Amino acid sequence: MALSDKSRNEAVLKAITANRLRDGEVIFLAPGPGLGWVERLDAAALFEDAAAAETALAAAKTKAEGEQFAVDVYAFDLRVVDGQRVPVKTRERIRALGPTVRIDLGKQAAA
Amino acid sequence: MNHIAPGRNAGVYSYDDIDRRFVAERVEQFRAQVERRLSGELTEDEFKPLRLMNGLYLQLHAYMLRIAVPYGVLTARQLRKLAEIGRKYDKGYGHFTTRQNLQFNWIKLEDTPAILHELAEVDMHALQTSGNCVRNVTTDQFVGAARDEVVDGRVYAEILRQWTTLHPEFTFLPRKFKIAIMGSDADRAAIRVHDVGVFAKRNERGEVGFTFYVGGGLGRSPFIGKLIRDWVPEEDFVAYLEAILRVYNQYGRRDNIYKARIKILVHELGQEKFTQEVEEEFARLRGPKYRLAPEVVDEIRRRFGGPAYETLTDEPESFQAAKSANPDFARWVAVNVLAHKVPGYAAATISLKPAGGIPGDATSEQMELIADLADAHSFGELRVSHAQNLVLAHVRQDELFTLWTALEANGLGTPNAGLIGDIIACPGLDYCALANARSIPLAQAISARFADPARQQLIGELGIKISGCINACGHHHVGAIGILGVDKKGEEFYQITVGGDPTLTTAIGDILGPAVTADETVDAIEAIVEVYLSNRHDGERFIDTLKRVGHGPFKERVYAAH
Repeated sequence: MALSDKSRNEAVLKAITANRLRDGEVIFLAPGPGLGWVERLDAAALFEDAAAAETALAAAKTKAEGEQFAVDVYAFDLRVVDGQRVPVKTRERIRALGPTVRIDLGKQAAA
Repeated sequence: MNHIAPGRNAGVYSYDDIDRRFVAERVEQFRAQVERRLSGELTEDEFKPLRLMNGLYLQLHAYMLRIAVPYGVLTARQLRKLAEIGRKYDKGYGHFTTRQNLQFNWIKLEDTPAILHELAEVDMHALQTSGNCVRNVTTDQFVGAARDEVVDGRVYAEILRQWTTLHPEFTFLPRKFKIAIMGSDADRAAIRVHDVGVFAKRNERGEVGFTFYVGGGLGRSPFIGKLIRDWVPEEDFVAYLEAILRVYNQYGRRDNIYKARIKILVHELGQEKFTQEVEEEFARLRGPKYRLAPEVVDEIRRRFGGPAYETLTDEPESFQAAKSANPDFARWVAVNVLAHKVPGYAAATISLKPAGGIPGDATSEQMELIADLADAHSFGELRVSHAQNLVLAHVRQDELFTLWTALEANGLGTPNAGLIGDIIACPGLDYCALANARSIPLAQAISARFADPARQQLIGELGIKISGCINACGHHHVGAIGILGVDKKGEEFYQITVGGDPTLTTAIGDILGPAVTADETVDAIEAIVEVYLSNRHDGERFIDTLKRVGHGPFKERVYAAH
């Protein structure tokens, strides 16, 4: 049952996530000034600096709510382990991949 | 729109034009609300309570739509519609819940009005499955069929559904409110861990009356419901419940979500004071306006119809011969089949708990197969149990072998109802936004460990219940063995309790010791079972042995390696 969490020594980074309003899909804030969104964590913007993440989070919330595009916008912690982006918390790992009991479903199914 | 005629789908309440118009209006209201949300006219804060009033949650991966199955009873036609919705709008499966409902986990907001419209076509909806209202009233999955039944609880559950759905005083309660009704001497609905638990019974003159327990509940603060009235006459059924809800509405806390359930109010006021308040309110309410007239009860009962039973005898020869010739069938009958009130019939539990499977999940194909079997063998009627199984409640005994053969051929013949493999588990962290730990993988590992049907039967009645957080949707507090998932610095651990009991002898389980990992939990369950088997007396259930020998031997074995 154990989920992968190989290293606790890697630096903790931040990414920003939300659910798309229309369909509930888990999305991540994309890199760049446009505050766009992507469906895969691999393509998400990463923040080394907590203050920068907070600034981006506030801007993303305002834009997402203004455009009725995303809901429940928040930041979470992750590490890069062997080139893979691994959220620190199990909850976020499951959100980024899909249910561990149905690996045929969710983002992991298309990986 | 087709009308579900009593007799054709026996035992299912038939809607009239008023019911249909109301549900259709609610669909159109929600359609407009969704449009206003998507256009930006409504903010998320404004929209959230509206979507919750229509059973729509936002979970980890998508929206989750919880569809009401009032008191767990539905028709084959309705189950086929659920299968169709699962295939068309979800990912080909649904999850039956511990409150006798069904939820889909991959729903799109923009599809929801169309889904609700399709549900309305078969007299279904998602009302009262979320929010601070009176939720779907639950009852015995064998209601109207069990040999030990005294009063048919469906009739009164339906009366409550009609009474509560649009009641202005009950739309914004301090918190959600759960009612369960039983109509026999046994408790198969966990009456005393509900906000209100009702036993329907008869006096020596054959009149119907009700015993009320109030203030039970699980979650963060588990309480066993307190007896506040032993006999409420049928005509006062609605008035007495109204009095309880008025006292709750007046005194229930709205300032602290963790103290808002009625169980906290009953605990803080005390049983005596709470009862006094209810009785005073009841005295004010009692009168013509709130009187439940016998003709109303009769009309509701009539609209349930009734199966056109044939005159048969118990244990027909062909049934006995099939059991003798096929030990697997005989085991399934012994474990999954219950005596029916009508000779020659039986109630069969279809386990949704195959060894290593996901408790309560059913694919669209399985739903369609079961719907066909309900049409063929049980008057087109089914039930959802709070243990997350399905029930065909009126099967001729001489058709049980045919039914079992079809179930077995499709992986639905698992003989484990009420046994260790019949694990109740919430969706947990695989789906739920509130969970701290996963429930399903643990249930799968335990049921796989105890896959052998003969061993399960040898162990006997032993309910394992797993919750992925303290909200206790998996009823872990009342599991003979309860398991609560907790988060310890980002890692999943599981706290084991023993001695819980959801039946007449209601008990909240005691914590056995420190939380352990998932793998250790499976070994711990094995150790607990071994201690039980080596200590039990003839005919003794797990909880009886536990009471007699105490926690010591179990704790010692489970934590021996720590």
